[in-house]
Amino acid sequence: MSRVQRIGVFVCHCGSNIAATVDVTKVAEMARLEQGVVHAEEYQYMCSEAGQAKIAEAIKEKDLTGIVVCSCSPRMHETTFRNAVERAGINPYMVEIANIREHCSWIHKNKAEGTEKAIILAKAAIAKVNLNAPLKPGESRVTKRALVIGGGIAGIQTALDIAEAGYKVDIVEKTPSIGGRMSQLDKTFPTLDCSACILTPKMVEASAHENIRIFTYSEVEQVSGFVGDFTVDIRKKARSVDMDKCTGCGVCSEKCPAKKNASEFNRGLGNRSAIYTPFAQAIPNVPVIDRENCIKFKTGKCGVCSKVCQAGAVDYEQQDEIITEKYGAIVAATGFDTIKLDDFDEYAYSQSKDVITSLELERVMNAAGPTAGHLERLSDGKAPRNIVFIQCVGSRDCTNRGKPYCSKICCMYTAKHAMLIRDKYPDVKVTVFYIDVRTPGKNFDEFYRRAVEDYGVNYVKGQVGKVAPQPDGSLMVQGVDMLDNKQIRMEADMVVLATAIEPEAGVRKIATMLTASIDNNNFLTEAHPKLRPVESPTAGVFLSGVCQGPKDIPETVAQAGAAAVKAIGLLAKNKLLTNPCTATTDELLCNGCSACENVCPYGAITYEDREVNDHGIREVRRIAAVNNALCQGCGACTVTCPSGAMDLQGFSNRQIIAEVDAICR
Amino acid sequence: MSIEAKTEFKPKIVAFCCNWCSYAGADLAGSSRLGYPADVKIIRVPCSCRVNPMFILRAFEKGADGVIICGCHPGDCHYSTGNYYARRRMTLLFSMLDYLGIEQGRTRVEWVSAAEGVKFSTTMNEFVEKVTSLGENIRLGDLRCRS
Repeated sequence: MSRVQRIGVFVCHCGSNIAATVDVTKVAEMARLEQGVVHAEEYQYMCSEAGQAKIAEAIKEKDLTGIVVCSCSPRMHETTFRNAVERAGINPYMVEIANIREHCSWIHKNKAEGTEKAIILAKAAIAKVNLNAPLKPGESRVTKRALVIGGGIAGIQTALDIAEAGYKVDIVEKTPSIGGRMSQLDKTFPTLDCSACILTPKMVEASAHENIRIFTYSEVEQVSGFVGDFTVDIRKKARSVDMDKCTGCGVCSEKCPAKKNASEFNRGLGNRSAIYTPFAQAIPNVPVIDRENCIKFKTGKCGVCSKVCQAGAVDYEQQDEIITEKYGAIVAATGFDTIKLDDFDEYAYSQSKDVITSLELERVMNAAGPTAGHLERLSDGKAPRNIVFIQCVGSRDCTNRGKPYCSKICCMYTAKHAMLIRDKYPDVKVTVFYIDVRTPGKNFDEFYRRAVEDYGVNYVKGQVGKVAPQPDGSLMVQGVDMLDNKQIRMEADMVVLATAIEPEAGVRKIATMLTASIDNNNFLTEAHPKLRPVESPTAGVFLSGVCQGPKDIPETVAQAGAAAVKAIGLLAKNKLLTNPCTATTDELLCNGCSACENVCPYGAITYEDREVNDHGIREVRRIAAVNNALCQGCGACTVTCPSGAMDLQGFSNRQIIAEVDAICR
Repeated sequence: MSIEAKTEFKPKIVAFCCNWCSYAGADLAGSSRLGYPADVKIIRVPCSCRVNPMFILRAFEKGADGVIICGCHPGDCHYSTGNYYARRRMTLLFSMLDYLGIEQGRTRVEWVSAAEGVKFSTTMNEFVEKVTSLGENIRLGDLRCRS
């Protein structure tokens, strides 16, 4: 297997990124002394066209068989260099990268230390490439169907864009209707469009589209497979209503005697019946029975909805259904929620009904909301005269109770709320406590200035320390005015908290199923923060909307489209090249014990009876066979194998040991 | 013992990093300029479960003073279950190494995600400090084992 390599080493300056703290000339010099190295040079930018040309030239001139590039992380340019050497006629897997930028020059200030480490990293890569063998990727098929997890505006837009390109898409939404958070909003900034008016046409379009299937009240249960060929189990929760028979007349909800259940759609501010559609424009317009609160399910007696249903659609016997479907691409669009305010006692959220979150205010302001759109105190129904908005509740908060990031949308929606209130109720005084007002975005700062200049909203730079409910029902707001450097005590009869947003609670489970990575704040991680913002590091998984990071609606829609384009790009391919770094069996060492089969997460290992020639003894043995199309190259089997028969191409035992030796030399 | 022999001890440390999480975490530490000692040399592996106990023994045999394995947080493995295998294997291996005289402080498993540049840097700083305090690893290099 190991033939004598002719290795070329190429050391990149990366401008001054590497050259400033690593003596690149010395690295090239030392590399020249290593076994197998017949060529070493340095250059300003190896990734540039000129740099790649230098590699191609050296391959021709020196008849190189292996390449080591000492440069940035392989996660950055491994593909670039693999393609470059392939064009020059050698196998792309004969390239190894020594990461002397991220892992060396950028973190070590001392040039002598940096250089010494860079030399060792180069030696390790050279030692490895000495043992590289040409590899050939296999091919796998692409299922021409995409799955979108989440039916908010992000998921709807992604699905519409994919469907318009001619591919089938399924949307899985856990609540009874698509629409997401946007459907709960009253107006949107900075245009003050009615949220429902711009969202519902899209919802209808998605539900009517021939390429889109929508599974509401459903959750993704299991995901297996890999890019191009995912198999997903979707649990369609029992709706207790037959979707085909129901006409959406609404009589069942009207007649249902169990009416006092907190409405999720109204953020618990209003009630709904036990059989309900979350809101009037819900899609599908088919109710769901909330079995926990339904009298029929609790006591066995009732059945009113079934009796009044002309269509005979109510079905108490309905069971959860598991649908298994294959997908080529998966888009996560799981969205967000506001954080719980249990740890923010100083704002009296749990003590007073008149302290509400901004999302609750959206429902209060909405004509279909709990107060039919009238601005009133939820405690006594009186019209408020003084409203205080508190910004950054839990955002930009580095203590354990809050979130360290900026939730991004709060400054703008608070300006919107303040403006709408001043517009409709000019007598109401509106005060906003803020840390900073952040309004980057098209027409955003203009919008905020209108709130201050045209609508007379009182902005106070400073934080609120306490909201104290008074015996007369009013609220005493104690804060600080940082510009005047004085304490403020202000009476208010309503306080609105711009509560931090966080990824939807179920996202961690979804991330685990998708093997997509997630950050400390539960946002899904993108493959590259700047250049691959809508792709997950896991191939075939894309990110849309707030699940990736805080965003407003225009940004969400833009990202949803970008995620769709990436998914379409994948679905448009007929075949994908698979990773050739797969496991292989040494048939002379394998004793067919099944240890590897048991640890393989992909079921890629099977056994076959094969005739082997063991030093002249010919016999048929049970031997592990790896299916290269299924193997993803994790290497679990290689370590589990007691006889050492399993090895991983591209990361073989000998290669890794060669690296260890080079480092410890 | 002469005074010259007391020159600053620089440990040799091998870090096996999973391609999907901690290798990227190390990249992030790099691009965020979050420093750690140059004694740490990283070997990229596809998954923490690719790290064969033999690699660790080999490193100690060849003169490493510390070996650290970094993988994805439990539940976040790119291959679903690899880090669980790594965790179990390393627990056993490290206690055996301890029994052989390679102290627990010289070996470590840490979960570092792609987003945790800070954690990568602090982990490496801590680990280098710990290994430095333990001094040179002479156990596998002592006379009885030397060929």
